Amino acid sequence: MEEIDQIYQENILDHYKNPRNFGKIMNATVHHHEKNPLCGDELDVYFLIDDDQNIADVKIYGHGCAISQSSASMLTDKVKGKSIDEIKKLKKDDILEMLGIPISAARLKCALLSFDTFKNAITIFEKYIKEPGVKGKR
Amino acid sequence: MVQTKTVLNTEQIRKDFPILSRKIHKNKQLIYFDSAATSQKPKQVIDAMDFYYKNYNANIHRSIHQLGEEATAKYEEAHEKVAEFINADSYENIIFTKNTTESLNLLAYSLTANLKKGDEIVISQMEHHSNFVPWQQLAEQRRLKLGFIKIDGKGNLDKKSINENITKKTKIVSLTHASNVLGTINPIKEIAKIAHENGAVMVVDGAQSVPHMPVDVRQLDADFLAFSGHKMLGPTGIGVLYGKKELLEEMQPFLYGGEMINEVTFKYTTFNQLPWKFEAGTMNIAEAVGLSAAIDYLKKIEMENIRNHDKELADYAMAKLKEISWITTYGPKERGAVISFNVRGVHAHDVAQILDSEGIAVRAGHHCCMPLMGVLKVPATARASFYLYNTEKEIDNFIGALYKVKKIFGV
Repeated sequence: MEEIDQIYQENILDHYKNPRNFGKIMNATVHHHEKNPLCGDELDVYFLIDDDQNIADVKIYGHGCAISQSSASMLTDKVKGKSIDEIKKLKKDDILEMLGIPISAARLKCALLSFDTFKNAITIFEKYIKEPGVKGKR
Repeated sequence: MVQTKTVLNTEQIRKDFPILSRKIHKNKQLIYFDSAATSQKPKQVIDAMDFYYKNYNANIHRSIHQLGEEATAKYEEAHEKVAEFINADSYENIIFTKNTTESLNLLAYSLTANLKKGDEIVISQMEHHSNFVPWQQLAEQRRLKLGFIKIDGKGNLDKKSINENITKKTKIVSLTHASNVLGTINPIKEIAKIAHENGAVMVVDGAQSVPHMPVDVRQLDADFLAFSGHKMLGPTGIGVLYGKKELLEEMQPFLYGGEMINEVTFKYTTFNQLPWKFEAGTMNIAEAVGLSAAIDYLKKIEMENIRNHDKELADYAMAKLKEISWITTYGPKERGAVISFNVRGVHAHDVAQILDSEGIAVRAGHHCCMPLMGVLKVPATARASFYLYNTEKEIDNFIGALYKVKKIFGV
């Protein structure tokens, strides 16, 4: 298989064209937006976090290249139902492993936009929003 | 009407550019369609710089030895060659800088130094960040007003907007001669006339025009012209600022230090004559030698021929792209050798990556024109840009590779 076909594998293109958990959560516990101005990639993430600090629901909304958008779509599947602590433990390498395709230095930012967005959303939640028993404060 | 024969002997020209025989991704022949970002260099330029370092490398201007004298002569000769190339009066009008960006920063600082609060600067929606950010920042610092000439639906400067923006309050008009995104060639001569009638100076960003077409500062009546060596077959690290003598003489230097001075005392400093007043510190001497060699090369081929060749390639590529329903192109029909485009439903970065896998180097992104991307309502475009060494056959291969993008993404 040519390297280019290794990058644009069927599952990458499938996630790009049919992103999972795409949309918005109106009563989200936390919503965060990140962009990569250099590429024009944009991503919003919405987390609904339950009293046990688990991700009850997640939605993404955005546009960008196949790498950034498929990475975000795959990551929603990965974090749904997981605890906040588990998300905090995620490393960049986990994202690259999840994608499972060769990522050149130039595309690393694309691949990791979702990771940064998700992580920063959790940071914001922990820093400003987290109050056990109070939901949808933001 | 698309011609199939170009005016240039590209086969012969390509032999002068060693890099063009490179293979990409193991066995793909390089097709270099990114000359608007930086051009490739002919061996004549590489050899001239190599010869300088091997034979007469020395610091210029005050060396009382033969190497220094030889280096000084070549460095000064480079100013004369540039002056002749753009039909300037003399070497005194030619200031060497790092690149177009530095030339424009020099102007943004020096020209706004004496402006008053409320004075106006006019640029346009299609400016590169290098002709945008310096004016925006200086306008903010010095409380000046910054106006933007709009572009029309075709990607030309809107005539009505030109007249609305340039008024008696305008002190500086700074516009690109040729857009690095849309390919638009702006009517600088007409706009310079309007600027002058209103008492403003006309600054021209020639980064995309000087390498690709005959540019005559007297014919344009430009007060200032900025361009880069590396986009016109020369090395990186050398740029040019042309200015009218009377204006340069009035201006404060932008950078202070060695060589730009006449006399330095504990109390005061007097500045050197033009153009050295604006060239502080040890300059890029080898790069000036390289730029000289690049100009020799371009002159031998003749800028008129390069313009015609560029135009043929652009027309040829546009005709082919227009036939493809899933491709959108941007900009007017009459254009420089730059074509921005998008493939339906595919981000420009993905397009560039797939083209690269076929050995084709294009650019993808905002092309340092974020405000323009906003006007075009796209996050990014892919851009193919051509130069004297490109061929119609390469364009055919490029079109073929676009079908690979289509296939992979199922457009």
